[in-house]
Amino acid sequence: MATFQLELVSPEKLLLSRAVEMAVLPAAEGEMGVLPGHAPMIVTLRGGVIAVTEGGQITERLFVAGGFAEVTPDRCTVLADEATPVGQLSKAAAEARVREAEAAYAAAANDTPEKRDAVMAKLLAARVAVTVAEAA
Amino acid sequence: MASLKALRARITSVKSTRKITQAMKMVAAAKLRRAQMAAEAARPYAERMERMLASLGASVAGSPDAPKLLVGTGADKVHLLVVVTGDRGLAGAFNTNVSRFARTKIRELEAAGKTVKVLSVGRKGATFLKREYGSRIVGEISFQGKKRVDFSDAQAIATRVTEMLEAGEFDVCTLIYNRFRSVISQVPSAQQMIPATLPEGNAAASTGPQALYEYEPSEEEILATLLPQNLAIQMYRAILENQAGFFGSQMTAMDNATRNAGEMINKLTLNYNRTRQANITSELIEIISGAEAV
Repeated sequence: MATFQLELVSPEKLLLSRAVEMAVLPAAEGEMGVLPGHAPMIVTLRGGVIAVTEGGQITERLFVAGGFAEVTPDRCTVLADEATPVGQLSKAAAEARVREAEAAYAAAANDTPEKRDAVMAKLLAARVAVTVAEAA
Repeated sequence: MASLKALRARITSVKSTRKITQAMKMVAAAKLRRAQMAAEAARPYAERMERMLASLGASVAGSPDAPKLLVGTGADKVHLLVVVTGDRGLAGAFNTNVSRFARTKIRELEAAGKTVKVLSVGRKGATFLKREYGSRIVGEISFQGKKRVDFSDAQAIATRVTEMLEAGEFDVCTLIYNRFRSVISQVPSAQQMIPATLPEGNAAASTGPQALYEYEPSEEEILATLLPQNLAIQMYRAILENQAGFFGSQMTAMDNATRNAGEMINKLTLNYNRTRQANITSELIEIISGAEAV
């Protein structure tokens, strides 16, 4: 099957760079499957799991806490704020983050809507992390 | 001439100094490697961010409601300088160079009638600039006592800068840091961050295939999250380069110090031996002339 180049980078390092068959991205407006030859796009990501398919099977699942993705017909670049392989997520750490984010959200009650949205996005990402960690 | 005992004491003290500088050099070399690796690891993200920003910026820059982070406030009165220096000394002219560079910049801007504000990242720059420009310093950030600086630290600084921009506290923001050219050469340089300078050649890109991107959600919304992130990554890169440069500079400085200590020891040992021989000779003369007198 045809492949395209998937690159996953976080500010701290290059996590993944190889040819894959399909990647499912948690885009801000819904999950998005990327196959070779996809129309050029730039999307924002919410907290969720990137599933990588090779040889007809999901070979890798990575949790991202938000970021951006740039898609071209032969390449897909994901700029993640933070990325962890699903197997390495710890439930306790994720729950601690949810509590932290909840506190931050409560504290941001009087802030501007944009700021509240940013805090909310963090809270949602943390909740997704807990669900994913539970399932793994 | 110094007594033998005093010379011996000096030799021992210089020897222990040499041991310390040598150890510091080794530690700096190890830390340099790590810092360089961190700086290299951050590069792919920054490069891709730049590419995305180039295509986005080109399509939004013209519109009147473009975000402040990209186009600035339209004025050019208040300048914010973010000066990145090391937290510690003993690194040759590393901190002095960048602080001096910042001082020249402040002088230039003030001579041109602008208001200057300084946000200092790193302890050494703050102490240097405080002497002359204490009233301009609006904030000090230090990573002292932290094992390693990660992205969230850079993000915190970026958030602070963004908040200051939104509160209308400055118009132009420039980042001053030591660019890491090589282990032995760090160049103080200034980089304008707000209004953002788009990467070269984006005029060509806007007519090229890059302009055909679809955006989800809208360009404005993506840009609103992308720009602060870009600010943070630039800050992060500056901090990492600063750190790599700091250790490079410290390594060179300590290497020099070790060599100087070695030279000093040689000189002192020579002096010590001479004195010792002179003492023996004069003792001999005393004995012989004593024996002759009998």
